[in-house]
Amino acid sequence: MSLLTVKDLQVSYGGIEALKGISFTVEKGQIVTLIGANGAGKSTALRAISGLVPVKAGSITFDGKEIKGWDTSRIVSEGIVMVPEGRRVFPNLTVLENLKIGAYLRKDPAEVSASIQYVFERFPRLKERDWQMAGTLSGGEQQMLAVGRALMARPRLLMMDEPSLGLAPLVVRDIFAIIQRLMQEGITILLIEQNANAALRAAHYGYVLETGRVTLEDTGTNLLNNQKVRDAYLGQSRKRKAQGE
Amino acid sequence: MSDFIRANLPYLLAGISVGGQYALIAIGYTMVYGILRLINFAHGDIFTVAAFVMVYMNATMPLYISLPLTAAVTVALGFAVERVAYKPLRTAPRMSIMISAIGVSYLLQNLMWYITGGLAKQYPTIPWISSSVTIYTATTKMVTLVTPVLTLLLVILLVQLINHTKIGMAMRAVSKDFETSKLMGIRINQVISVTFIIGSFLAAVGSMLYFSNYTAVTPVSGAMPGLKAFVAAVFGGIGSIPGAVIGAFIIGICENIIKALGLTTFSDAFTFALLIIILIFKPSGLFGEAIYEKV
Repeated sequence: MSLLTVKDLQVSYGGIEALKGISFTVEKGQIVTLIGANGAGKSTALRAISGLVPVKAGSITFDGKEIKGWDTSRIVSEGIVMVPEGRRVFPNLTVLENLKIGAYLRKDPAEVSASIQYVFERFPRLKERDWQMAGTLSGGEQQMLAVGRALMARPRLLMMDEPSLGLAPLVVRDIFAIIQRLMQEGITILLIEQNANAALRAAHYGYVLETGRVTLEDTGTNLLNNQKVRDAYLGQSRKRKAQGE
Repeated sequence: MSDFIRANLPYLLAGISVGGQYALIAIGYTMVYGILRLINFAHGDIFTVAAFVMVYMNATMPLYISLPLTAAVTVALGFAVERVAYKPLRTAPRMSIMISAIGVSYLLQNLMWYITGGLAKQYPTIPWISSSVTIYTATTKMVTLVTPVLTLLLVILLVQLINHTKIGMAMRAVSKDFETSKLMGIRINQVISVTFIIGSFLAAVGSMLYFSNYTAVTPVSGAMPGLKAFVAAVFGGIGSIPGAVIGAFIIGICENIIKALGLTTFSDAFTFALLIIILIFKPSGLFGEAIYEKV
């Protein structure tokens, strides 16, 4: 059984249909990516799964439970945790507090401290700066903090919204290395990226979204080699054309 | 020199005392603003309602019951106002919730007129804090001395709560970012309710201290201190708790200095002139951060 099954999901904001009935599944232990242009509805899909926006129709099944209509707090406690777009660390909280607040729903202080150690081992930079206000960190460090904060909730499904946005290429490479490692540790990942190239390389399976619909789905490798995807999202053939001229 | 002190000490004491009372109200304004970006116009009326609750409670029960019960009823009122008038408007434009707050303010005022019949009620004498005390030739009520001490104690407790507890951490997080706070599993409505509960509790304590200085209370008795506490919160930088407390003490002391100078008529005008000057020259107040609208 798939960990997450989204069926015919429809979402409207203020009269505009952001999602016109998309379906996709995320298998346990895999990295699945949704790619697409701005406004295709990728973020909306994640926000609907997290319960941040109301779902008009369709179903969202997580680990056999229908979670549509649940409030975000309950969805988080089920193990669906999101790293929001633009990192959104709490700038007025210290690095350590940002991690602690990630574990807001967990009760056992000893286990929470163990998780903090776990995050510090993976991101030693955060440990060095644990007393700093998160607002003073660099973009890459903030992204690590956002990921670390999400790990504090012990996610079963980690949803990442544009984790590479606005980061230097070297940092982007780090972030993707982290995503791979988390997958190897058994965390299922649903990834949204504008950087389709990197996302498809990392992903087992990918879906292409266009204006609120899934237009294409295949394994990451196949999508990378798909001519339509290359033309529309990877910008390679265009580059080649430009070079040819 | 000693004449000077003898003449002015009572004013200084009164200033510090009334400053503490303003501070207790101002914290409610500033905390609610910090989280909801809402000027809770009903807050001053909750302060007045607390006084009437005390009047009516005290008529039928002993002080050791009526005091905590008054605090509890005020807290329940603050909680209910948020749930009924503000929570349904969580996603509405900010102007709507502001108008709702003005509506609640008038509703409470009119309710007080209705219940009291517009007659002034005698505020109960709380023993010990109403008794007289003489400090270096200045005779004053005990409440004058108790207020600043109690205010500072409550402020310290509050700051500890905000900086060192889980709910305090959640309050700081929610004040910055609703949506991300939700993604942490925080129940926003719970945090907002706690904010109103704290604000109303402090207003209730402020009300008991403030009205102990007066014999009578009317439905508009709380309007002026409520308004001045609001000015204090703006002066200190709305959203900042230390700002509100410092602003309140400054306003309380300045008002009484003006009275000491024989310009009693202008003491209220001073506060509002201060508001205008702040809004023109430093709208973010003493400790407030400039707020940029998110695009």
